Amino acid sequence: MTTLTAATTSARTRTATPRRGRRPSPWHLVLAPIALVMLAPLLWMLVTSVSTLAESRHFPPRLPTSVHWQNYRDALTTAPFGHWFVNTAVVSVSCVVANLVLCTLAGYAFARVRFAGSGVAFVLMLATLMVPFQVIMIPTLLVMKHLHLVDTLASIALPNLATPFGVFLLRQFFRTLPRELEEAARIDGAGRLRTLVQVLLPLMGAPLATLAVLTLLNVWNDFLWPLIAIQTPSRMTLQLGLASFQGAHATNWPVVMAGSLMSQLPLLIAFLCAQRFFVRSIASTGGK
Amino acid sequence: MTAVAARPAPTTRRSRRRSLPEGVVGWGFASPALLLIALFGLVPVVWSLVLSFQDNDLSGSSEWVGGANYQRLVHDPLLRESLRHTVVYTVLFVPITIVASLLVAAALNRQVRFIGFYRTAVFVPVVTSTVATAFVFNWLLDPDYGLVNGALSAVGLPQQGFFRDPDQALGAILAMTVWGWIGFGVIIYLAALQSVPKDLLEAAQLDGCSPWRAFWRVQVPQLAPATTFLVVWLTINALQLFDEIYVTTKGGPVHATTVVVYYLYQQAFQFFHAGYAAAVAYVLFVAILLLTLVELRLSRRWTEDA
Repeated sequence: MTTLTAATTSARTRTATPRRGRRPSPWHLVLAPIALVMLAPLLWMLVTSVSTLAESRHFPPRLPTSVHWQNYRDALTTAPFGHWFVNTAVVSVSCVVANLVLCTLAGYAFARVRFAGSGVAFVLMLATLMVPFQVIMIPTLLVMKHLHLVDTLASIALPNLATPFGVFLLRQFFRTLPRELEEAARIDGAGRLRTLVQVLLPLMGAPLATLAVLTLLNVWNDFLWPLIAIQTPSRMTLQLGLASFQGAHATNWPVVMAGSLMSQLPLLIAFLCAQRFFVRSIASTGGK
Repeated sequence: MTAVAARPAPTTRRSRRRSLPEGVVGWGFASPALLLIALFGLVPVVWSLVLSFQDNDLSGSSEWVGGANYQRLVHDPLLRESLRHTVVYTVLFVPITIVASLLVAAALNRQVRFIGFYRTAVFVPVVTSTVATAFVFNWLLDPDYGLVNGALSAVGLPQQGFFRDPDQALGAILAMTVWGWIGFGVIIYLAALQSVPKDLLEAAQLDGCSPWRAFWRVQVPQLAPATTFLVVWLTINALQLFDEIYVTTKGGPVHATTVVVYYLYQQAFQFFHAGYAAAVAYVLFVAILLLTLVELRLSRRWTEDA
C-alpha cells in the first residue's frame, strides 16, 4: 500500500514539488483529518441511507452488512420527490435566466446610458441590498395575496427574478470595458441593444457565470420564503418538501437520509462538474 | 490629457441630438429589473414599517395601534431571551468560523498531492442545503442512535443529549453551522491568499522569519480586506439564523434555541401577530445596520494602525 502510493506520488508530483522527491508531504497529516471531518456528515448520510431500519437503531452505530437500496424506493413512493425536483428546477432556471437578461440590461443602462433619475434609482436599488429578507417577508406575502399568487410557483420565483446584487455586479463589470468598443459599433450605425448583444455580451462570460451560479445556489437552497409562500405539497421545492418529509418519517432515519441525499444530488453533481466556476463565483462575492 | 479634452465635443453633440432616446433607452433597459426590485424590495420595506404600527393578522384586517408594538417589544421577556441567544450565537459563530477558515485555508494553500480532493471536501458543505445539513446533524447527534454518542461511548465518555439538552442545544447548532460555513470562509481566504505577493513571503523568509511567523506577520495582515468582508457577512448571516433552528429544534428545548428570526417567524406565521413581527424585524434591521457600520469603522481603524 505504501509503496504503491509512493510510486504514484513521485510520478505525479515531480513537476509540482521537485524538492520533496519521493517522500509524501507531512501536510497530509493535517489535511486528511480536515477532509475527513468535513466529509463525515455526508458520508454518514450515505451509509445510513443504505442501512435497514434495524441497523440504524443499533447502538453503538456500525456499518450496514449489505446495501439496502429499498430506502430510496420508499422515499420516492411516499413523497413526490420528482415533483419537487421539477418545481425547484423550473423556479431556479427561470430565476437564473431572468437575472441574466434583466440585470444585464439594467447594469448596462446604469453603467453607460445617461438618463434622468438614474442616480436616484441606483441609490434606492442599492439600499434594498441592505434590507434583510426577514424585514420584507411579511409584506411580500401580502403583495402575493393581492396578486392572487400565494401557494404558486410564481410566488417563489417573482421576488428573485431580478436582484439588486446582479444589477450592481454587472454594472461594475460594464464600467471596466473600454468605451471605444461600443463607440466604434455605434458609429457604424448599430443601436444600443445590438451593440450590447453583439459587441459587449461576448466579453461577459465571467460575470454572467458568477451571477448564474450565485442565483442558482440562492434559489435552489432557499428555505424560508418557500416555507411562507407554499402550502400544497405538490407545489413545494426540494428543500421545503424535504423538511415536510422528515415530519412524516421522524424516526425512520434511513429513509430520511435517502431523501436528503437525493435532494442534494443535483446541486452536488453540478458542483463537482463545475467546481472552478462555483468557487470563483463565491470568491467574487468577497472581492472587489 | 489633450486627447481626452479634445474628445468630448463630438460626444456631447451626439448625446444632445439623442437626448430623448437616451432617456427612453436608459429607462427601457433598466425598468424591468427596477420594477421588480421596487415591487419586491422597496415597497415591502415601507409596507413593513407601516405594518409595525398596526395590528394585523395577515388575513386582511388591520388596525392602527400607534407605537404599541414597539412598547410591547421592550417588555417582552421571550424576545429578550431570543435576543440573548442570537447575541451569544453570533459572538461565538463569527470568530470561530473566521479562525477555522483562516487556518484551513492556510493549510490548503499549497501544492501537495490530492490537494484538489482536500479542497473539494472542504467546499462541499457550501452547496449542501441548510435543510439537509440540519437533517444529517440531527441524525449524527441523535441521543439514542447517533454516531457522535457512539464515538463518545467508544472512548468511555458519557452520552449527551445535544439538541434535546437545553444547555447544549445552542452549542450543537453552533457546531453544525460552523461546519456549513467554513467552506465559504475558506473560498474567500484562499482567493485572498493567492493574491498575496510571493516576494513578500520570500523576503520575510530571507530575513530569517519562521514560516509560522511569516504567516501571521506577513500574510494575515494582507488578508485584512477578506477578514473584514467575512466579519460583516458572517455577522449578518448569524443574526438571521433560522433554517437550521426550524429543522432541528424548533426553538426548543424550552426556548433554548429561540433566536430572533425564529421568534419573529413564530409571531408572524404561527400566532398571526404580523404587526408585532414587523416591529421586531425593524429592530433587527436597525441592529444589523448599526453593527455593520461599527464593524466597518473598527476594521478601518485596525487596518490603518497595522
